[in-house]
Amino acid sequence: MNNPASTGPKTVDIVNKTLEKRYAAERRFKLYGLTAVTIGIICVAILFISIVFKGYTAFWQTYLRLDIHFSEEIIAPDGERDAETLAEAEYQELIQESIFKLFPKVTDDEDRSKLLEIPSSSSSFILQRMVLNDPKLIGQKRTLWIPTSSDIDMLVKGYITRDLPEADRKVKNQTIAWVDQLVQQNRIEQHFNWNFFTKGDSREPELAGIGGAITGSFYTLLVTLILSFPIGVLAAIYLEEFAPVNIWTDIIEVNINNLAAVPSVVFGLLGLGMFINFFGMPRSAPVVGGLVLALVTLPTIIIASRAALKSIPPSIREAALGVGASKMQAILHHVIPLALPGMLTGAIIGMARALGETAPLLMIGMVAFIVDIPQGIFDPSAVLPVQIFLWADSPERGFVEKTSAAIIVLLAFLILMNLAAVILRKRFERRW
Amino acid sequence: MNASAGELTAEPEDFLATKKTVELSSYKVNGTVGDVTVTNPRMRAEQVNVWYGQKHAIKNVNLDIGHNEVLSMIGPSGCGKSTFLRCLNRMNDTIASCKVNGSIKLDGQDIYHRDMDPVALRVRVGMVFQKPNPFPKSIFENVAYGPRIHGLATDKASLAELVESSLKKAGLWDEVKDYLHQPGTGLSGGQQQRLCIARAIAVSPEIILMDEPCSALDPIATAKIEELIDELRENYSIAIVTHSMQQAARVSQRTAYFHLGDLVEVGDTSQIFTSPKHQLTEDYITGRFG
Repeated sequence: MNNPASTGPKTVDIVNKTLEKRYAAERRFKLYGLTAVTIGIICVAILFISIVFKGYTAFWQTYLRLDIHFSEEIIAPDGERDAETLAEAEYQELIQESIFKLFPKVTDDEDRSKLLEIPSSSSSFILQRMVLNDPKLIGQKRTLWIPTSSDIDMLVKGYITRDLPEADRKVKNQTIAWVDQLVQQNRIEQHFNWNFFTKGDSREPELAGIGGAITGSFYTLLVTLILSFPIGVLAAIYLEEFAPVNIWTDIIEVNINNLAAVPSVVFGLLGLGMFINFFGMPRSAPVVGGLVLALVTLPTIIIASRAALKSIPPSIREAALGVGASKMQAILHHVIPLALPGMLTGAIIGMARALGETAPLLMIGMVAFIVDIPQGIFDPSAVLPVQIFLWADSPERGFVEKTSAAIIVLLAFLILMNLAAVILRKRFERRW
Repeated sequence: MNASAGELTAEPEDFLATKKTVELSSYKVNGTVGDVTVTNPRMRAEQVNVWYGQKHAIKNVNLDIGHNEVLSMIGPSGCGKSTFLRCLNRMNDTIASCKVNGSIKLDGQDIYHRDMDPVALRVRVGMVFQKPNPFPKSIFENVAYGPRIHGLATDKASLAELVESSLKKAGLWDEVKDYLHQPGTGLSGGQQQRLCIARAIAVSPEIILMDEPCSALDPIATAKIEELIDELRENYSIAIVTHSMQQAARVSQRTAYFHLGDLVEVGDTSQIFTSPKHQLTEDYITGRFG
């Protein structure tokens, strides 16, 4: 070999010439990467901030303090106390009486009917339920916090601009004056909106809650998890550890990968055709939603579990076989415990996907308007993402903040689930 | 050994020439040089052929392993030593494309016969691998795993006793007796390999196969393992694959030289290293290639 130093320029000189260029390329590349990351973070931040700002007020609800006299003449004029009489009594009159007392100067019928729009139209149901629960209330006086109607709620929260010409405004000057008067008397306050978490859907924004949707999502995910985790993990173990390598297993592998990419709405159609039309399962029920979402998540779980099994070094299997463990023992005692965190991570990510899935559930009728909170997997129910979809479609101003609030709750659940996946992975990181 | 590497890069054509002339020469017809048999063998391999798919990895190998002896197998990389070793406890069963024929007998019983259960076989023929591969569990659990799945210990005390005696035989007890419940993966490389040996002897095998047990270890750890192999010979038959000719010379009584799937020469270790009969063996041990 010739020594290059003796003939041409020194190697180090050539290197030095290009060095600056190389470093510049490296800096440029870093800059591109940084820009991409920054843009990503800004987008996510804008998304989060806008949702939180639109939605956080929904966690508070405007309440009106009313002194209600459960007068016997109105509720049970005949002196009968059976459930039917109590249920059909005119509770609206109790509200009227108490509100009119607050504004003695308002006598005009039309104005009085405007006054009655301040409390929620459901107030009479609240009183009815109280009396039905405890008939001894009749004849007594109580001070109650009654939710206001959504318009008043919006006004108090500042979503209705007072500068707007009266004709364009939903709440008129007269009502605003009354509300201001009530605020001065400390009769209007904002309380934490527990109902948002415990109540089902409603046509009235001030009453609508995500309790029904959360319960429905819970039942649906329960069915999904019970079906897809064991089936997915067992399928992965069989395919990875026991299945012979031949054309059939190749076809299965390709198809699992294809299924993972199938749009979920297709699974919804399958659910409609198979489970509802053919097997006659109930519409809008978590059991069908769970079955469909199990189909959606199954490929994800199988692929993640197989990857987890593949990542276990063969030396562990050989070590177990070498001391005379059977294949099953080697897999059960050594491979699966090591692969389990990976499998669980896959399952959690699959579940998170299932939680946010909307399209297939529309197909199987979970888009119906359901007020009741489901009591089991066969009851009709809503789920969180579909509830968001429904509310986003509603024209009332009150539903805008509810939509964002429901999105906040959904995102919180998703973040929690993904966090759990990350923690699992960190905690049980490979230890060999 | 280092010198051999230098020579190989310096004279690649020579190496190829040697290989070619020998392969075309008479040696294939004559089969293995030296006496492959011992009287009263522990294990006897006859006419063993192994294929990986189309590749003929082991060709007509006959070889005996005697009682209380260390048999070392040497040869260049990819010559089939490890493949042959893994046939002896049917570890190759896990490789789908691997096909074995011929007969391998353990105490006169064919291990590839369908009456022979591979699990039972592996209890009798233990194995230590190239890379230390302790389970990601405690030191105690590592050694206790084999006895536990086979039900060798009836109660906790006898299990603990068995673990202790295995670790003592592997020369690891004094170093780890206070850390038995620490993870086995936290030990140093040499300790891990001795832990693997302890794990292998905990199920009281009759033969221990070692596949380059020291290739990942430093010289001090290697010396300890070699010392251990010498002690273990009193109770076990040992077959060891090694890349280090010095190691083969130090620990073994008999040596087998493999070349491209053929068993070229077998003999007493002293004879192989001082007066090899086959040209290939001589070329290899003098560092002409390998």
